[in-house]
Amino acid sequence: MTSYGSYRPVRLSPQRGSVARALAKDSPLRRLDWIMILAALALSLGSSLLVWSATRGRDSLTHGDPQYFLYRHLTNLLIGLVLCAVTVLIGVRRVRTAVPVLYLAVLVILVTALSPLGSRVNGAHSWIQFGGGFSLQPAEFAKLAIVLGMAVVLSARVDAGEREMPGDKSVFQALVIAAIPMGTVMLMPDLGSVMVMAVTIMGILLASGAPNRWVFGLLVAGSGGAAAIWQLGVLSKYQIDRFAAFANPALDPAGVGYNTAQARIAIGSGGLTGMGLFHGTQTTGQFVPEQQTDFVFTVAGEELGFLGGITLILLLGVVLWRACRIARQATDLYGTVLAGGVIAWFAFQAFENIGMTLGIMPVAGIPLPFVSYGGSSMFAVWIAVGLLQSVRSQRPIGT
Amino acid sequence: MSNIPETGRTRRVTIRLVVLQILVLSLLATLGGRLWYLQIRTGSQYVAKSQGNHIREVVEPAIRGEILDASGRVLAGNQTKLVVSVSRTSLLQQKDHGKAVLSRLADVLGVPAKDVQEKVRLCDAKTPQPCWNGSPYQPIPVTQQATTQQAMQIMERREDFPGVTAQPTAVRQYPLPDGANAAQVLGYLSPVTDDEVSKSADKTGRDRRLPSDQVGRAGLESVYDNDLRGTTGVDKLEVDNLGRVIGSAGGTPAQPGNNLVTSIDARVQKSVEDNLLQAMSDARKTVDTVTNQPFAADSGAALVMDVHTGRIIAMASAPTYDPNLWVGGISANDYQSLTNQDSNYPLLNRAIQGQSAPGSTFKVVSTSAAVQAGYSLDGHYSCPPSMTIGGREFKNFEGESFGDISLEKALEISCDTVFYGLAYDQWVQDGGIKPKANPGDWFFKTAHQFGLGAKTGIDLPAEVTGRVPDRQWKQSFYDSNKDAWCAQAAKGGQAYADQIARENCIDGYQMRAGDAVNYAIGQGDTLVTPVQMARIYSALANGGTLYRPTIAKAVVSPSGQLVRDIAPHVDGKLPDDDKTLQYIDQATAGVITSGTAAWKFAGAGWPQGKIELHAKTGTAEVYGKQTTSWLTTYSADYAVVMTISQGGTGSGGSGDAVRRIYQALYGVDDKGNVDTGKALLPKPQTDLPKFNPDGTAVLAQATFLDPVQPAGTSGGYLALPAALEPARVSGSVNGRGRA
Repeated sequence: MTSYGSYRPVRLSPQRGSVARALAKDSPLRRLDWIMILAALALSLGSSLLVWSATRGRDSLTHGDPQYFLYRHLTNLLIGLVLCAVTVLIGVRRVRTAVPVLYLAVLVILVTALSPLGSRVNGAHSWIQFGGGFSLQPAEFAKLAIVLGMAVVLSARVDAGEREMPGDKSVFQALVIAAIPMGTVMLMPDLGSVMVMAVTIMGILLASGAPNRWVFGLLVAGSGGAAAIWQLGVLSKYQIDRFAAFANPALDPAGVGYNTAQARIAIGSGGLTGMGLFHGTQTTGQFVPEQQTDFVFTVAGEELGFLGGITLILLLGVVLWRACRIARQATDLYGTVLAGGVIAWFAFQAFENIGMTLGIMPVAGIPLPFVSYGGSSMFAVWIAVGLLQSVRSQRPIGT
Repeated sequence: MSNIPETGRTRRVTIRLVVLQILVLSLLATLGGRLWYLQIRTGSQYVAKSQGNHIREVVEPAIRGEILDASGRVLAGNQTKLVVSVSRTSLLQQKDHGKAVLSRLADVLGVPAKDVQEKVRLCDAKTPQPCWNGSPYQPIPVTQQATTQQAMQIMERREDFPGVTAQPTAVRQYPLPDGANAAQVLGYLSPVTDDEVSKSADKTGRDRRLPSDQVGRAGLESVYDNDLRGTTGVDKLEVDNLGRVIGSAGGTPAQPGNNLVTSIDARVQKSVEDNLLQAMSDARKTVDTVTNQPFAADSGAALVMDVHTGRIIAMASAPTYDPNLWVGGISANDYQSLTNQDSNYPLLNRAIQGQSAPGSTFKVVSTSAAVQAGYSLDGHYSCPPSMTIGGREFKNFEGESFGDISLEKALEISCDTVFYGLAYDQWVQDGGIKPKANPGDWFFKTAHQFGLGAKTGIDLPAEVTGRVPDRQWKQSFYDSNKDAWCAQAAKGGQAYADQIARENCIDGYQMRAGDAVNYAIGQGDTLVTPVQMARIYSALANGGTLYRPTIAKAVVSPSGQLVRDIAPHVDGKLPDDDKTLQYIDQATAGVITSGTAAWKFAGAGWPQGKIELHAKTGTAEVYGKQTTSWLTTYSADYAVVMTISQGGTGSGGSGDAVRRIYQALYGVDDKGNVDTGKALLPKPQTDLPKFNPDGTAVLAQATFLDPVQPAGTSGGYLALPAALEPARVSGSVNGRGRA
């Protein structure tokens, strides 16, 4: 700005009140994607009823308070919303500079979970327990770290104007960045999360415009590796049966097969309009294990029917559609890659989670974004929403 | 604002983003499609699975309907037993899984705690008996024999016995009212088989058999099973994944079965049973002049039929058994004793399943046949002591001779040679050994018209047809036995049986003269059942109508409302015209006054002038055995038929017994005095019994009983008034004990 002696520059815009400022075209609030936020909020708030219905009779979990999980779920949501707001306020630009620190922090808690400080839940050493019933699942944050880390590495030279596309070196560096947290999670072992990370990495590479040879090469390598594991007998029959039980519950009738069969009965018996909230017999009878977390979709299917289930899927669709819009409108590759990663993460995790309750995907212990009970997942997805909102805020006014 | 450069997007990135968007969309579409398929396309199958998942059915057995006699006396009823049962569902909710409760229960019942624990554990591959084999949601009976005191202890200290109930439960019982047994008529129940349960598994309501069901297997219990069986109640419990009951999903209460009113009169039944047994035991004390042995009297049957309707008022079969042996499951020992060879098969109802040659009781058929064939009722026929037909001599009974006599006289004195002559004459007319194309066969045709050789259609299972040995039968019998006969003949033996076999091998299909004449006096291959003869003699009494014999009169709801009337059914008419019927009527009355049965009736003080009886005696010869005694009789209202295998002559074996049955029916004493006040049933009962609002029958006060006179003096088979009879009263209260 040039100075003209004692001349004070005339304000280009008139003095406005705080409300008017908040509603003005250039206000940060107006720059948020409210459609996405409202859809995500509807999912999270609606899911509190599903979590409540699934847990109100489970005395062994609720310690006798039927509303225990309802309150905790809403608290998680509130914290998630605060984290989302903080992320928007910080903004992706500043986050970009802090990525190395964040990345390292996530690696530390990942290793902590693996160490004797972590706890084993359901066979996986993937939790860190704090006092007072609070616990952390670092794998959820590892997904964020991979998205952020890869976005920074892949977009660095492109956004600096040095290249049009990320080069082989950038892609390789990005894969190394992703492989470290992913490998740690695999050691836990939390194969469900690893699966989501793998798809997220593919989404990021796709969105970044990385060379086709990398995208397809990794696809071929991935399927080849899977086929090799299958063929070479690395997995025991029990593990294979467990994997295939989603299609044929008889292969593991007491374990995964039971979950699959009960989930399918719950959803199938819902019909068009469902049995009514709190009236599902599978839900009140607690026939579906892990129903407030991984199998939360079965509550919607049984008690709210096809209409409820399809509404939930459509709301997820709205979030993903808006995210795609943000990816396309991003002003730099960093924003595009970031949005692409979040899209792949959300979309696949939702597909895998709902798909396993519908019997078309193998059973894996991963939560349904925005819906499943669980703080780590809730925080991670709302931080991701914050990142998307911040990417959107970068775009020029009026678009 | 499009002049601002959009550095984030190259063409490749834009395409890649579109690809990403399409992938996302297709994933979501896949989920939507699969959701539609599961919930809308195939949803109903999961609804059923979900039901099966969380609904457990607890079965409440229905009380079986009673079988009542014509006045409402309970022939088959229900007895209340105190059953103590334990609910596993409730035990498992207790802290120690019910251990303390079970040991307290064992203390009350006075059995070791281990016994009770074993009874309520569930059977599986590793658990030996005793264990509970039924549904874990069904209360498990620990004992069926609890005393009232034990039940009170349990029910008054409910807080000490959570999950334990002591409930009165209905168990089938045959109270033998007035001593009437009627075992073969009533039949019995036995538990449903696994096969029956699985066959009816897809049915609903009362068509579905449950493992706790009892099914009628014989007699009325079997034929009217559908009416007597109630509708089993079902309590639907909602359970959670651990099987804990979390609520009720409704259900249907058990509905008791309908009652069956029969035409049986318990008092008459008792009289008929007693007199049959008495006649058999008397016969066993009488020496047979042919064999010089006492009569074996191994089995017998007797029945009383209402001639106006064909309804059975009493039906007895000997040997007999106690129907209560079947209650609560028959023991292996008892079952053996009812079915092994030495038992002489007491389960058989010989009134419908026993068949033998009718002897001279068949002559009413032969007389009708002769009239149909054109012989005059006014004619006189020769009654020589014997006739030689086909090279064989046919004798009258004890070689009697009466010269030329009327058919009436021939019936009265039972002259065989008259009927031999008529049958031979007919046989010759039909072409003899080479029959003409359309033989008259009047003797055979008439037998079929009288309903012989076919089931009467009585409402009891497994009736047999008897046999009319006509040409058709001869041919088919020859076809199936030819080989055996010829084989025996080829051995060249000289015994009587070998000679017969030799003859039969050559021309056993032929209707020989000997067959024809033997048949005319109810001998040879002729077989009839007592119920067939009762029907014929009823028809002679009622003017010629053949009724279908029935035992059930009506189906009545548990509250006493008429559900279904079982009306008399006319099956046909006798071929006789009124003149012939009158003629036979007169002849059979003559049997009472001056004929073969006179010494047991008119001669024994029967007041024929006041109550006219008609009878025909029969003494059927059986190869290798003593003679079968037949006595077929009728009055204006009743036909009474008795037969005793190896029991002697018709009148000698059965005369006294049949007379005593009539004496009881009409209230006649041994001197011939009629006291209608003492008559058990001077007229057949036409009305159904009246019912109290609670469904029990109103039993009429017996009018013959002098109130001052002690009940015991009124005679062995006379009934006590209903009100004095505790078994009946408590039985009825207990049977309806379910509120």
